[in-house]
Amino acid sequence: MAETVLETMGLTMRFGGVTACDAVNFKLKARELRCLIGPNGAGKSTFFKCLTGLLRPTSGHVLMQGEETTDWQTHEIASLGVGIKTQVPSVLDGVSVRENIWLAARRFFPTKEANDKAADIIDRLSLNDIAKSEVGRLAHGERQRVELGIVAAGDPWLVLLDEPAAGMTSEDVERMIGIIHEMARRAAVIIVEHDMQFIRSVATTVTVFHQGAILMEDHVEKVMADETVRNVYLGKKA
Amino acid sequence: MRDFSIQRLVISLAIAAVVMLLLPLGMNTFVLTPLLIYGLLGMSLGLIWGFGGILCFGQAAFFGLGAYVYAISAINIGESTFPMLLAILIPAVFAAILGAMMFYGRLGDVYLGVITLVVTLIFFKFMNSTAGPEYVIGTARLGGFNGIPGFQTLNVPGMADEYIYGDSLYYVTFVILVLVYWLVNGLLQSPFGRIAIAIRENEQRASLMGYDIRARKTTLFAIGGAIAGLAGALYANWAEIVTPGLFSLGQTAEIIIWCIVGGLGTRLGPILGAAGLGYLKFLLGQQAFLDNAIVMGLILVLFVLFLPKGLIPAIEDIWSLSVGKRRRRRPARRRKRRALSNG
Repeated sequence: MAETVLETMGLTMRFGGVTACDAVNFKLKARELRCLIGPNGAGKSTFFKCLTGLLRPTSGHVLMQGEETTDWQTHEIASLGVGIKTQVPSVLDGVSVRENIWLAARRFFPTKEANDKAADIIDRLSLNDIAKSEVGRLAHGERQRVELGIVAAGDPWLVLLDEPAAGMTSEDVERMIGIIHEMARRAAVIIVEHDMQFIRSVATTVTVFHQGAILMEDHVEKVMADETVRNVYLGKKA
Repeated sequence: MRDFSIQRLVISLAIAAVVMLLLPLGMNTFVLTPLLIYGLLGMSLGLIWGFGGILCFGQAAFFGLGAYVYAISAINIGESTFPMLLAILIPAVFAAILGAMMFYGRLGDVYLGVITLVVTLIFFKFMNSTAGPEYVIGTARLGGFNGIPGFQTLNVPGMADEYIYGDSLYYVTFVILVLVYWLVNGLLQSPFGRIAIAIRENEQRASLMGYDIRARKTTLFAIGGAIAGLAGALYANWAEIVTPGLFSLGQTAEIIIWCIVGGLGTRLGPILGAAGLGYLKFLLGQQAFLDNAIVMGLILVLFVLFLPKGLIPAIEDIWSLSVGKRRRRRPARRRKRRALSNG
């Protein structure tokens, strides 16, 4: 069961003189739920963007289910069955919630099944009240939820979420945690997040990024208790 | 659901037929035919710009190319069926190649506009400079700024002596316009069309969903080119001459104005915008008091300032505010306001 579905080897990303990601070796097992944390500028988001093809890594390798995807286009990676949520909600503002989710499902299912799939997702994420609304008119929390619906619609085996709880009310966050736990039953999930409260309530294993490299990788309670991690977050010299 | 859509189809066809029969009562078909052709041309840009988010400043390039391809191949081949098909196919292939270069090269919107505009101007310059006898394709001389006259015009397929001109060209053009409109409608309701709209809304999200936006935009661009080419071929048949003016800056700008005035992102808007402004231009052409370009510019400015969404959306808004959904809309707004004041 526990085969590795995502692996990076020596993943490096440089922007001019800045090394945002420095030879990162990372492994994720099937149906694992993993959080990436770290202070601002630690390289979490860059790492995330290298995984999703939004950035081309300077060197190193990304392997998904054993297949090298290092220089692939975003749509090719997504087509493998990888659900991606970006930091700023990326949704289709001009069309309805249902259309958003249908379009995501249509990539992986024929039209009729996509209809059923969209209805199912709308039910599961309790989006029924707003299913016909234009996404551009929705509140931030609702848009975040719609984007999760888009991610879930393709039945992904790997889910990458960049700051899913950003700017949401505690009620929304709780609902979001429920959705993420449900996703994690079928897929491996990586969450990039700042909110410690949130991480405590979802995560089992946490990877800490610092200055472009992995500082430590352990169970959430141990990471939280760790002196070095605390220092890094408070900006002291580690 | 099914019955409903068939019912709608029958009603729209009936309306189209009535309009087709009524229009010639008020106007000369020689005036009407080019208006329909402009409508077709407007629809081609309305499709790729309004639904695909591709602002092409060079739709006239495909229009002119369609006209020239028709004229050149009609001189060489004679019977008009195959030249008509070529006049659709070649602009489509050309658009596909141009589109592939731009979309696979990941060019931004501004560069896309510049390149399409420059391509149009290259055609314009080139065609203007082909007056010499060395510019010959088969037996067709390109003729420079004088253009190409005297080619075989549209005939009944298979019967080269049965010409379609005058009133019958009007009816044929009208039927083609309705047919293409129906096809475009179907395309927009198909998954391909819905995905095109997704790309227009948010390219990044569309590719995160797993769609290859480069291939899809190229395909849509080629479809737009095909429709513009068809319009060009029909125009050649109506004018019975093709000139480099088809590629001119004025021509290409006008298509954009039609779309803005008619209503971008609507299916009927660009057609009505094109026909309406085309007719206005015709009327203005009969007097010498006001310059055409000034009036066109004024109309564009006024629309951008006061009706930025264009005519069709404005009519829809007025309709829904005055009669359509009065009862349903008001409480929704009140609810929203209450929610705001509570929060």
